[in-house]
Amino acid sequence: MGATSSAKRPEGYLYYPGCALKGTGIAYEESLLALFRLLGVRLEELRDWNCCGATSYMSMDEQSSSLLAARNLGLARQMGGRDVVAPCSACYLALRKCNDYAARYPAFRDRVNGFLDSDMLPHQPAVRVRHPLELLYTEVRPERLRERAVRPWPGGPVACYYGCQAVRPYAEVDRAHNPTRMDELLQAAGVPTVDYPLKTKCCGATHAGTLHDVGLRLVTILLKEAARRGAQAMVVICPLCQLNLDAYQGEVRREEPSVPELPILYLPQALGWTLGASARSLGLQRGIAGGALLRRWFNARTEAEVHG
Amino acid sequence: MLQRQIKYQRDADPEWGRRVASLPGCERLLACTQCGSCSGACPLSIYMDITPRRILALAREGFRDDVLRSQTIWLCSCCYACATDCPQGIHITDVMFALKREAIENGYHPRRFAIPALAEEFDRSVRSSGRTPEFWLATRMAVRSGPAALLGTLRLAWKLRRRGRLVLRPRGIQRLARFQDAMRRAKGGP
Repeated sequence: MGATSSAKRPEGYLYYPGCALKGTGIAYEESLLALFRLLGVRLEELRDWNCCGATSYMSMDEQSSSLLAARNLGLARQMGGRDVVAPCSACYLALRKCNDYAARYPAFRDRVNGFLDSDMLPHQPAVRVRHPLELLYTEVRPERLRERAVRPWPGGPVACYYGCQAVRPYAEVDRAHNPTRMDELLQAAGVPTVDYPLKTKCCGATHAGTLHDVGLRLVTILLKEAARRGAQAMVVICPLCQLNLDAYQGEVRREEPSVPELPILYLPQALGWTLGASARSLGLQRGIAGGALLRRWFNARTEAEVHG
Repeated sequence: MLQRQIKYQRDADPEWGRRVASLPGCERLLACTQCGSCSGACPLSIYMDITPRRILALAREGFRDDVLRSQTIWLCSCCYACATDCPQGIHITDVMFALKREAIENGYHPRRFAIPALAEEFDRSVRSSGRTPEFWLATRMAVRSGPAALLGTLRLAWKLRRRGRLVLRPRGIQRLARFQDAMRRAKGGP
């Protein structure tokens, strides 16, 4: 990596998986770790991390929710206060918001600090919360992916779907209204992308489980539009987006037979593939929708295809 | 029986409206110009009985019952589209969070919606293990929502299980007792 490694911090980052990346979103963890290993960026899992206190909890009990986020940041301080990488958009936002509120509301900060004292965790230093998309774009850079890509993309064009909480409300991961970083990274790595105007429209979050018809409708709209734009797969950066678009596709097709099978990939799965990682190390066998396409695109034969 | 279609000031509880506007994240509520950008940006407003713009107007005037009984606050998926588009910088999503909490605390549980159930189950799981066991959370919630939901959840679980995406017994946190104790103390308990 020599000359291009100046942006890389030698000590690497702390990795906050959150609950989904150990379960339904396991392929996100697998591919993220595989990609960062290939890029030589160290990720160390946060020891004894707890639930981030995300969205549904905020509705119930703001106080407990913020304390959950605060404990994770306290654990990160205990491990040296390196930047925390939170790949799940809901986790990212919960942790990011905790930092923001602690800075803006003294009463909030006092409560959090009191809690940290009881749990014997430090208040300082400030810990920066990062999302892998922002990290890949600002520190790894698209140029480096272009240099390092060794494999042609075996599939069709993809629609980049950014979802909501990674880009809103903080707009630090990418622009809130028209994010493009995922497209830029993928194009640099040789993955064709299509224009996808619904890139930041809500996937329905937990509605697919709670208000099923409403959630399903939102998922249908996203899938239909991706197909209409010529995408043969979608690329996402959040385990809940992935689950909604992937696991309910069969049901969507029963009502809208025109929606084709669209594999729903995580950004590091697509990038990791172009950089030479094996299909299995990227968890590419774990997709529910478009299983036949996944097997056709990512197999032993296409794994052996490497740029001359 | 005739019912008037407009609201009178005397139906409102302005004190409650002021209190909502003083909650963290709700400070800019009074700055709302009723432009309607929020309702336009909201991907769920088409399902709402009261659109986000009207919720803001009703909330700050103190029409507590109308706001807390509305479907709107439960339909909000917290996507922050409204907050991003608000020309007055109102953190509308945070207002919705505050209103959901007000509704739960004051016993306005809409029976038709599983969303408060999700929040409660979430709370219980986190208190007992420090993490969220996705499968059990979904299952317990589905049980509360009815047999059709349960069947759907189990079908989904089977698909996930076959691809190694379903963890039946996730690991909880190690320093659980200290965590629970700190949570209790932070909430003013013994």
